[in-house]
Amino acid sequence: MKVFAELYFALGETRALGRKRELLVDYFRVAAPADAAYAVYFLRGGRLRQLYQRQELLDALLEASALPLWLIEDSYAEVGDLAETLTLLAPEADGASGGQNLAQLVEHDLLPLKSMDAAARRRALIALWRRHGRHERLLLNKLITGGLRIGVGDGLLHQALARALEVPLSCIAERLLGEFVPTAAAYLRLAAPADADTTHTPLPFYLASALADADVQATLAALGDWRIEWKLDGIRAQLIRHAGGVRLFSRGEEWLDGRFPEIEAAALALPPGSTLDGEIVALDGRGSVAPFSALQRRIGKRKPGAKLLAEIPVALIAFDLLRGGEMDLREQPLRERVDALRALVEPLGTTSLRMMPGLHAADHAELATRREEARAHGYEGLMLKLLAGPYRSGRVRGEWYKWKLAPRSVDAVLIYAGAGHGKRASLHSDYTLALWSGDKLVPVAKAYSGLSNAELTILDRWIRAHTLERFGPVRVVEPLQVFEIAFEGVNLSKRHKSGVAVRFPRILRWRSDKTARDADQLDTLLAMAR
Amino acid sequence: MARVHVSFARAPMQSRHACRMSELIELRPEGLYCAAGDFYIDPWRPVARAVITHGHADHARAGSERYHAARAGIGLLEWRLPGANLCPLDYGESVRMGACQVSLHPAGHVLGSAQVRVECAGEVWVVSGDYKRAPDPTCAAFEPQRCDVFITEATFAMPIYRWPTMVEVIAELDAFWTECQAQGETAVLLCYALGKAQRVLAELYAQCPHRRDEVVLLHGAMETPVDIYRRAGIHMLKSESLIGSGVESTVGRLLIAPPSAAGSPFMRRVKNPKVAFASGWMQVRGVRRRASHDRGFVISDHADWPALIGSIRDSGATRVLATHGRTQALVRYLNEQGIRASALATELGGEDT
Repeated sequence: MKVFAELYFALGETRALGRKRELLVDYFRVAAPADAAYAVYFLRGGRLRQLYQRQELLDALLEASALPLWLIEDSYAEVGDLAETLTLLAPEADGASGGQNLAQLVEHDLLPLKSMDAAARRRALIALWRRHGRHERLLLNKLITGGLRIGVGDGLLHQALARALEVPLSCIAERLLGEFVPTAAAYLRLAAPADADTTHTPLPFYLASALADADVQATLAALGDWRIEWKLDGIRAQLIRHAGGVRLFSRGEEWLDGRFPEIEAAALALPPGSTLDGEIVALDGRGSVAPFSALQRRIGKRKPGAKLLAEIPVALIAFDLLRGGEMDLREQPLRERVDALRALVEPLGTTSLRMMPGLHAADHAELATRREEARAHGYEGLMLKLLAGPYRSGRVRGEWYKWKLAPRSVDAVLIYAGAGHGKRASLHSDYTLALWSGDKLVPVAKAYSGLSNAELTILDRWIRAHTLERFGPVRVVEPLQVFEIAFEGVNLSKRHKSGVAVRFPRILRWRSDKTARDADQLDTLLAMAR
Repeated sequence: MARVHVSFARAPMQSRHACRMSELIELRPEGLYCAAGDFYIDPWRPVARAVITHGHADHARAGSERYHAARAGIGLLEWRLPGANLCPLDYGESVRMGACQVSLHPAGHVLGSAQVRVECAGEVWVVSGDYKRAPDPTCAAFEPQRCDVFITEATFAMPIYRWPTMVEVIAELDAFWTECQAQGETAVLLCYALGKAQRVLAELYAQCPHRRDEVVLLHGAMETPVDIYRRAGIHMLKSESLIGSGVESTVGRLLIAPPSAAGSPFMRRVKNPKVAFASGWMQVRGVRRRASHDRGFVISDHADWPALIGSIRDSGATRVLATHGRTQALVRYLNEQGIRASALATELGGEDT
């Protein structure tokens, strides 16, 4: 129990996800299955059936601490957490440390409490407090008062388990679907090697490399060897149709189960043993691709309701076939994979699962025209894939390229600055930038990078000297400095005061040659939005 | 400047009489005043004669004509109050001031910290100053004084404040440092420059023999008080100034800096900082999280709740006056326990812990 108590304490002390994952991996690498099972159970938000009424806890504390009730209440008000108040006010451990493990604590000490009478339960609780040191007592009280309520999401827990147990992430996610009964046997099932049958686990994604304008001519010299596609602004996803149903995975191998039911339903018509690669996008009223902001409303919903499903339908635009008829096709040339994909998808006749069209360009000039057309459609640019190439894994240069639209930019005024994080904790490196609307400055973007270290230092000094007001770590500065900010796209947004949301804003350069009055109008940005 | 306030003070004869009528020590605009002895304790405005409990800025303020303080703390006061007229007193040495016998006794707070014992016509009052009961290798341990009236600090006067032992905390700090070394980070410890920094260095020296070859880096604000402690014969880990020593990389080192250094340009000199904060307030998880440092260590030079209650009992006082801090809870608790208690609204308590 001490080990898990230390883990729980350490998880509570850090906000860095990487560090949390490390702590979890270290724990699961060595924990005994019976304890690890309870750890998984509690970290997923599982709790014990209520063991004590709140009043019983206070009574036990009154007896153990010999403090007056009002002082306990004042202390609770100061601490703000019942379990922690109990931990801080209960008498110190008497040295005879518990020494048992987590499973023993739960099964021998906590669960039997339910069948005791009130006086025995109170004595048992006081004895438990006396037996445990600071960190263990906090864990104990958390378990008694409810759950751990700790910032460990399912994703993080799954990643840590996958790493510690050396089992593929998708396996862990699948095995933890639904209820998890905390027994050693259940944990061992979780830790079992991946099934030999891998037809329903995702394959590593092939990622495209960026193509600079200057390299287009040389790289795509024989344009006829390349497949040209739109680069859509959605979620890259792998769709697996296996004998038992359909699975959707995002690029982070996150299981998107249930989020996009219309795609899953459409894919049931595919033959089992098919794995498709594609992009999930939202559709507008005419069945065309809608801006990313529409899709965002679907991403957040684990179980979308009928209204949202009707309002924002989604589709998977498929562009590759990795497995077909239970066969791994990744070594086949793209040309053949696309043909096989078309043969599977086109007969479906559904809007929710469609074929990515191939585009035509006779020469490089026409290719550049196609790229410009992407802007009007709201796409990110073009994808260029060697027709003779295999499906590789990871970001391997040479066969898949993305040629993105030139970013758009505006000149905006710095209005707020906040301290950075990590290496930049002492520098004001988080900037809020604004555009003019009449004689008011309206914030439109937050940008974090794009300045050299020397510029960052100079700007930091300027910010400290020109602060008008401070709100915690954020400073309101005199609106004098102008920055050119670049972004990938602009969407109309009801959630933003400015009425627009910019995608991937970053600072292109510091326009020290411009005064605040020379900065752009909000209308300029609104005109770019769709 | 002191003359401006003379009109507040009564003539000595009058006041000796007045003291028997009212209070031996009372609150004046300048600070805690003993009329019978015509002196102030830790005054926050300039006065003619000040008795100082210790060198922290909220207790030792400049401008008074004469300062009486414990000999062990004179070095710190010479630094804090340059050019001041300082009259050192040994612990336990009794001097006459007006109608009073005044003596200083160890308070265990920082080097040279003292309780002030004032005896007048058979009545004894003790002003605790800041104090703690936990062992501290940098200063003499608190010595309980029997008295009629005990004026106590109340910085952490809530029962949730119960300090872990320094053995536990130093083990945690040592582990934190080791972890930073393994990760290629700098272990930064934020703490008060006078007292706590030296206590940590001395505890590390005593408890972590494997660290004896390490040279701890110091923020500029730490250098002078560390020197003063070394001259006073306190054994601490070796240290050097970060700025002055031409250190190339701080990675793997322990750096001690005042809390104000967090987020300041100073931190740019620190490579991969992992920042911990040492303070009694770190006892509460929510406070630790809101402080948003990487770690919090519960280290305080003030009395925790058990020490406050224990010291009040040890004093045998039938009356307690509580100064700076959580006076309300303490006053109510003591009254319920049959000890007459009330709060004194001082201007002390500027120091963080």
